[in-house]
Amino acid sequence: MTYEAVIGLEVHVQIKTRSKMFTRVAAGYGQPENTLTDPTVLALPGALPVMNKAAVDAIIKAGLMLGCEIAPVCKWDRKNYFYPDSPKNYQISQYDQPICIGGTVEIELPGPARNIQGEHKGIPLTRIHLEEDVGKLNHGVGGSLIDYNRAGTPLMEIVSDPALRSADEAYAYLQSIRTSIVYAGISDCDMEKGQLRCDANISIRPVGDTKLGTKVELKNLNSIAFVRDGIAHEIARQIAVTKAGGVIVQETRDYDGIAGTSQSLRSKEMAHDYRYFPDPDLMPVKVDADWKARLAAELPERPFDKQRRFMAAEADGGYALPYTLASVLIPDRELSDWFEQAAKLAGAGRAQAVGNWIVNDLLRELAASATVLATAKVTPAALAELVGLVAAGTLLQHSAKEVFADMVATGEAPAAIVARKGLAAAPTDTAELETWCRDSIAANAKAVAEFKAGKESALNAFKGAIMKAAKGKANPKAVDETLRRLLAAL
Amino acid sequence: MTTPLHFQTVTELSAALAAGSLTSVALTEAFIARTHAVEARVQAFNSYDTDDALAQARASDARRAAGQALGPLDGIPVGMKDVIAVRDQPLTASSKILAGFVSPYDATVTTKLRAAGVVLWGRLNMDEFAMGSSTENSSTKVTANPYDLSRIPGGSSGGSAAALAAGEAPATLGSDTGGSIRQPAALCGVVGLKPTYGLISRYGLIAYASSLDQIGPFGRTVEDVALLLQAIAGHDERDSTSFKAVIPDYRAALTAPRTHPWRIGIPKEYFGDGLDPEVSAAVQGAIAYYKSLGAEIREVSLPHTPYALAAYYIIATAEASSNLARFDGVRYGHRSAEADNLHALYFKSRAEGFGSEVKRRIILGTYVLSSGYYDAYYGRAQKVRTLIREDFIKAYGEVDVILTPTAPTPAFKRGEKSDDPLAMYLADIYTIGVNLAGLPAISIPCGFTTAGLPIGLQLIGQPFAEADLLAAAYAYDATHDWAKRTPNL
Repeated sequence: MTYEAVIGLEVHVQIKTRSKMFTRVAAGYGQPENTLTDPTVLALPGALPVMNKAAVDAIIKAGLMLGCEIAPVCKWDRKNYFYPDSPKNYQISQYDQPICIGGTVEIELPGPARNIQGEHKGIPLTRIHLEEDVGKLNHGVGGSLIDYNRAGTPLMEIVSDPALRSADEAYAYLQSIRTSIVYAGISDCDMEKGQLRCDANISIRPVGDTKLGTKVELKNLNSIAFVRDGIAHEIARQIAVTKAGGVIVQETRDYDGIAGTSQSLRSKEMAHDYRYFPDPDLMPVKVDADWKARLAAELPERPFDKQRRFMAAEADGGYALPYTLASVLIPDRELSDWFEQAAKLAGAGRAQAVGNWIVNDLLRELAASATVLATAKVTPAALAELVGLVAAGTLLQHSAKEVFADMVATGEAPAAIVARKGLAAAPTDTAELETWCRDSIAANAKAVAEFKAGKESALNAFKGAIMKAAKGKANPKAVDETLRRLLAAL
Repeated sequence: MTTPLHFQTVTELSAALAAGSLTSVALTEAFIARTHAVEARVQAFNSYDTDDALAQARASDARRAAGQALGPLDGIPVGMKDVIAVRDQPLTASSKILAGFVSPYDATVTTKLRAAGVVLWGRLNMDEFAMGSSTENSSTKVTANPYDLSRIPGGSSGGSAAALAAGEAPATLGSDTGGSIRQPAALCGVVGLKPTYGLISRYGLIAYASSLDQIGPFGRTVEDVALLLQAIAGHDERDSTSFKAVIPDYRAALTAPRTHPWRIGIPKEYFGDGLDPEVSAAVQGAIAYYKSLGAEIREVSLPHTPYALAAYYIIATAEASSNLARFDGVRYGHRSAEADNLHALYFKSRAEGFGSEVKRRIILGTYVLSSGYYDAYYGRAQKVRTLIREDFIKAYGEVDVILTPTAPTPAFKRGEKSDDPLAMYLADIYTIGVNLAGLPAISIPCGFTTAGLPIGLQLIGQPFAEADLLAAAYAYDATHDWAKRTPNL
């Protein structure tokens, strides 16, 4: 019997706001322990929560990016459970009236090879709701310490339908969510800093069955690779247990990404009764059309829409980029915007060259100099100019590389670098060029015959000698024209 | 014969301070002396700090000398129920679980009182976490009714009412979740106001039942209560449930000319079985007085009244079970010395720290919110709450205020109901509906029993119509001298 997996993901994303979800104290990472606290964060007697509107703005934006319906009214509920990282011993969350309902995450599955685009698919969302993050426990010898700096940070939980079928789909889903969220400036989604966290609900069933199997919740998938590996491991485990005649029990398991193993944390019988009820300290939130419209106007283009546009033919308003370039540019909103500015300035037919420069050279130079695009000295206009010089034949590709390195290092304009370093291709109408061509033709009777016989590539045989004589600065376009003219006259 | 300072009204003391015939230091010293004289019998305070109070008084006198007095309350001592945060002072809610806790911050009402120049004077005993009607559920001490030391002062704000009645403070603040200001006010012969839910910030008030809790003032007269309300009312951005209401001049409203006579509703459901005959007679006397002023008295019906107590004990305990979860021995307050793991830390700290009534309500509240029971209890109680509110709104279609007894009986004997929680719960039968409906209500003295115990009547107003409610109460209070009676201590 063959089995298929049914996977639903719960993705927690910390929202990048200045202050915490229900109080004014700053939200942040890497500060000394318990410095980002106040009476509300610490749940001192008498302290009350007040909603941070910026966090609600952010989740509405996330909802709009992912095609959710934004509820006209949502409310806050208390999720009651005791744990020392939760100062109130309840978490303010949204239970039965989340702010975002439904929605779809477009994913791109791996293609048959890295340079071939895979299939796209829509994964339906159940909901997105807003809640507050908890503190951090540091277990040491002789006791545990609690750092409440993270407690109260706005956290949104994106819940998918049980619609994912493989570890690869889950991986693609998470990548897609991350790209959209980062695009909209909602979070940096740095998994190492805990800004994006993922739990998976996994079950298997015989292919063809429509009934869901017993689900296992897998926790601690704290890197994007662990998400894929952990899910694959759990699917394999469930299939092995089932095939050996065993029964899958409903439980929560902890995945150890380093060891590649998982162990049971608690069974269904030990599951919490959270005793959700509406938080009487907070009022329901009404989101009207104006509020939604204002945020919709701030949204960026969706990443896969941008991918389609970049890969579309120029006649259709695109840049005719090959998938290999688009797949590098698109995940980075800033980089893809940078590309688009340069491509527009470079003009028709030159977008791919712009893309190549960025993907092959710019990214390498930035990495080598440990700089980021935002502070790079090279500008889209400068790259467009460089591409123009190459296209016009006034700069040879290998000279252009040297010019580009200087542009990145100094920010100097390409034309200025070319002039300063004397890198311009030789003028096209000099007698010198004609002499080099004639000499080369005279020295290569065999190639002449071949060319005359219709072999276009024979032309290359002359060019090596010409470039050598020209010390690399001959304009290849002029060389090509001159050779053809002289050969035709023979 | 002049009234001693400790039995004068805030209005009188304020005038003396303004006239320069009294200093805040002298006044504060008078209350300290009075407290030293009677506190051993009354037991109203959980803590007080005479040095701190006198320092505040000196600052007040200095302001006044510089011509910078902050208003009518500048230099007036005000006692606080021990459930309202005062920076650098103990805050215990009369619970062992907060023994030794010192608040690092001020409640919003505390900030407002400081801004009005008030001398913050002591933290007053109460039923633990405001759960109770006699102040016997305090873990710290048993407060006596100043009119009969063998009787309870009411609760949960029993210390606030008793201290005022005993002359240990000229005004106090309390909190009212189901009658916790009005019932002790009635039992101690003082005025107590529970404002509309949302009029006063709850920031810094230890929560019992968040959707019902409201801070309010105690005073000897309606005028004093109006002065205090003026100082503490108003929107607070730290409390999402505080309302952006325009705050009128409450004292001016007391004597504002009226366009039509009062229309006073008498809900028949509040005059049934269980009402003490002497209380009933005193309240009927007040109704007759209003009639003599030209008020129109109408019988109204609040048909869902019989369900109020049940709805209250579901909603309040549900909220309490969650609100009190933070008292866990982890960050502050009592931590069991016996605990050697996390579960033991929770179980033992809470078992040792909470009293039996608090435990009873946490268990009840946990139960009614449990999976599978929510709709039957909490969901249904919320529906009842809506119906009760609608009863009142409907009645206000034909009357301006509603008049009822505040409590069914005068102060009962200490220990009389301690072993019978249900009998104790009935002490709030006339006050609980008001909290469920979120309305303002005031208790004012309206007589004494033959045994010399105070009796109070309750006036219930329309949402955010405190000015009208106070004016209606003033019409009676200003022409009666019940407040001039003082206990023999």
